[in-house]
Amino acid sequence: MTSGPAPSTRRLNVLWLQSGGCGGCTMSLLCARTGDLPATLRDAGVDLLWHPALSEESGAEALEVLRACADGRTRLDVLCLEGAVLRGPEGTGRFHLLAGTGEPMMAWVSRLAARARHVVAIGSCAAYGGMTSAGSNPTDACGLQYEGEAAGGLLGAGWRDAAGLPVVNVAGCPPHPAWMVETLAELAAGALRAGDLDPLGRPRTYADELVHHGCPRNEYYEFKASAGHPSELGCLMENMGCKATQAHGDCNTRLWNGSGSCLRGGFACIDCTAPGFEEPGHAFAVTPKIAGIPLALPIDMPKAWFVALAALSKSATPKRVRENAIADHTVVPPGIRGSGRK
Amino acid sequence: MTRVVVGPFNRVEGDLEVGLEMEAGAVRSAQVTSPLYRGFEQILLGKAPLDALAIVPRVCGICSVAQSAAAARALAAASGVRMPENGRLATDLVRAAENLADHLTHFYMFFMPDFARAAYVRRRWHPAVEARFQATRGTAAAEALSARAELLELMGLLAGKWPHTLALQPGGTSRPVQRQEKIQLRLALRAFRTFLERTLFGGPLEEVVALDGVAALEAWRAARPTDASDFAAFLEAAADLGLERFGRASDVFLSSGAYGPEEAPWLARGVFDGALRPFDEAEIREDVSHAWLQDDVPRHPAQGATRPVPDKAGAYTWCKAPRLAGQVVEVGALARQVVDGHPLARDLVARGGGNVLSRVVGRLLELARVVPAMEGWVDALAPGEPFCATRELPQDAAGVGLVEAARGTLGHWLVVRGGKIHGYQIVSPTTWNFSPRDAQGRPGPLEQALVDLPADGEEAAVLVQHVVRSFDPCMVCTVH
Repeated sequence: MTSGPAPSTRRLNVLWLQSGGCGGCTMSLLCARTGDLPATLRDAGVDLLWHPALSEESGAEALEVLRACADGRTRLDVLCLEGAVLRGPEGTGRFHLLAGTGEPMMAWVSRLAARARHVVAIGSCAAYGGMTSAGSNPTDACGLQYEGEAAGGLLGAGWRDAAGLPVVNVAGCPPHPAWMVETLAELAAGALRAGDLDPLGRPRTYADELVHHGCPRNEYYEFKASAGHPSELGCLMENMGCKATQAHGDCNTRLWNGSGSCLRGGFACIDCTAPGFEEPGHAFAVTPKIAGIPLALPIDMPKAWFVALAALSKSATPKRVRENAIADHTVVPPGIRGSGRK
Repeated sequence: MTRVVVGPFNRVEGDLEVGLEMEAGAVRSAQVTSPLYRGFEQILLGKAPLDALAIVPRVCGICSVAQSAAAARALAAASGVRMPENGRLATDLVRAAENLADHLTHFYMFFMPDFARAAYVRRRWHPAVEARFQATRGTAAAEALSARAELLELMGLLAGKWPHTLALQPGGTSRPVQRQEKIQLRLALRAFRTFLERTLFGGPLEEVVALDGVAALEAWRAARPTDASDFAAFLEAAADLGLERFGRASDVFLSSGAYGPEEAPWLARGVFDGALRPFDEAEIREDVSHAWLQDDVPRHPAQGATRPVPDKAGAYTWCKAPRLAGQVVEVGALARQVVDGHPLARDLVARGGGNVLSRVVGRLLELARVVPAMEGWVDALAPGEPFCATRELPQDAAGVGLVEAARGTLGHWLVVRGGKIHGYQIVSPTTWNFSPRDAQGRPGPLEQALVDLPADGEEAAVLVQHVVRSFDPCMVCTVH
């Protein structure tokens, strides 16, 4: 008898599979600053039936876990898929045969999804296809319920689980560890409803923020004082491809690996929580512009106002902000009020 | 002859299948299958060259930074940009943090849990090891994951996040370090050192680094109880099971050299097969005879291509078979330490070649050696001096980027034509280690390492797992 909750509490049986991805979502999950990830999941009511990186069972024992879920002998509450569904070549799913079975992973995922109470896409590959579907999409990769921005994917646009939820898309490349832990915890608590997901199936707990919120380069953004090269301190939107003002995620209010985020790391937000981020239509680290105005403007902002405000703020940029923006450390410190001193 | 298919393997970073032919109580031959194909070398074609920095980290979520570093080096070779000293130090710190986090994850999360399995219930060390290392239940994982998270705070400071950073650039890093942050970096390293010394080794790192051979290792083990540290617990189980007798491959070890200036790396570059010789990347050929890829002569990666043929007769994996001057080579932490000439690694290999014990010790030795070096690199950072140089990439260019990922030598071969990627070939560490047979029928390293293993009994089944995991495979990289 393991220590655990009272029998009335519903535990969440979670099966986690990996297919057309890099394993980075799991690596990110292991960065969770819980002190004790397995115990945190247990406390949240999550029982991992099997996880490819964490569980003991290998080979035949692991297949038995999967088979028991597939034929209903084990209650499957949540199927998590990390990595895209590989449909190729020619619809056979042959680009990923689940080891030891000779059967396409695509077929396993379909069978298990039909049994699961909820289906969760872990990361942008499983949600929308992600980087695995970039370029010529050689493996005909797609997401569980999306193919890029178009609803569809493996399960189809109309798919809903027994509770009326579509596939829950914990999108991100990788997702923040807390996005994954919290989503599973909310499912375990029965607290996640259809209205808690945004129109792309992402939990609103993190997708209703913009990456721009909390960006430490805010003053540079306000004055349109922009970096031109990697390692410079200025705003990354005008030249360096940064999409934080359009990208959904709480990356700069809930930091990564202690104190980080992409923008804090000095590089562009590439909007990795969005479908199609892998094919931006321009070089990732270059902002496409027409007549000096970025093509992609901050979300919800009328273009005329952006242009007017940008022109105004550029003309008002303090010397300190202008010079620091193109340096890799503070070369002009802020003045001190009332002293006239620098 | 009976044939057994083992898979899926878990705790191997991706999907893996092994076919074993057994006769008279032993494995007679092995076939290693990578059953997942993703096509990154095809995805990269036609892209803007610098886009490789956004795409290749996603080849592998485990050695994401090593992929970035290899791409950055290939791009730097193509443009001729020279990295300032700060950029090199910061890059080395980021790469080392990933490599060490991977070694730690491997030992605690992937490798040790197999000793907790019921097959070993009669072994005297089993109760203690089960309590400490059982998957998802043992006490060690929580401590190791905490230590790992603290170490990876270096990534938050130097690379924005991990995995999948864009901070590593051809000319340095995008994240300049400020004065106060040097202290924060030292704090993160101090926390990690304390974990290693208190929990993993049970003694100062410098004592582990100073072990100059198997006799010294034996004396070190004898001087402390088996519950003194996790390393001591491993050494006891390894000695009891005779793990130094299992998992031998070709015993040709390759390292492209790690950390420090590319032309004079801190960990030496070379090939060791009893004697040290120089490593010339021009001697690499990738053979596709047993891969589900269009038949071709073995080609140097700069001339290579990747064209899937899923139903090719005689093929059994998506993995190519890289060979160095025709030789089957092993890569990884042990190879790095052997090539660099660390006396413990050299002695282990002189006695038993690459095997389950020596590979694991090689990894832990690297943990002990690299942390003090990282402390020195942090101290050498010079805030205020440049971190990143830039230089325009020519419209037509080529470059090679070789780095040491946690699991061994990683190479990127880039060809740029008309300002777009015209060719991109990746040879990952596990591509070397888990390669299939080549046209001459020579099995890859793991295929060799599995031969002659005992075939009967519960412990034999777990031994296969030990041998496979001793390489710390990363299957998602293998067939990118």
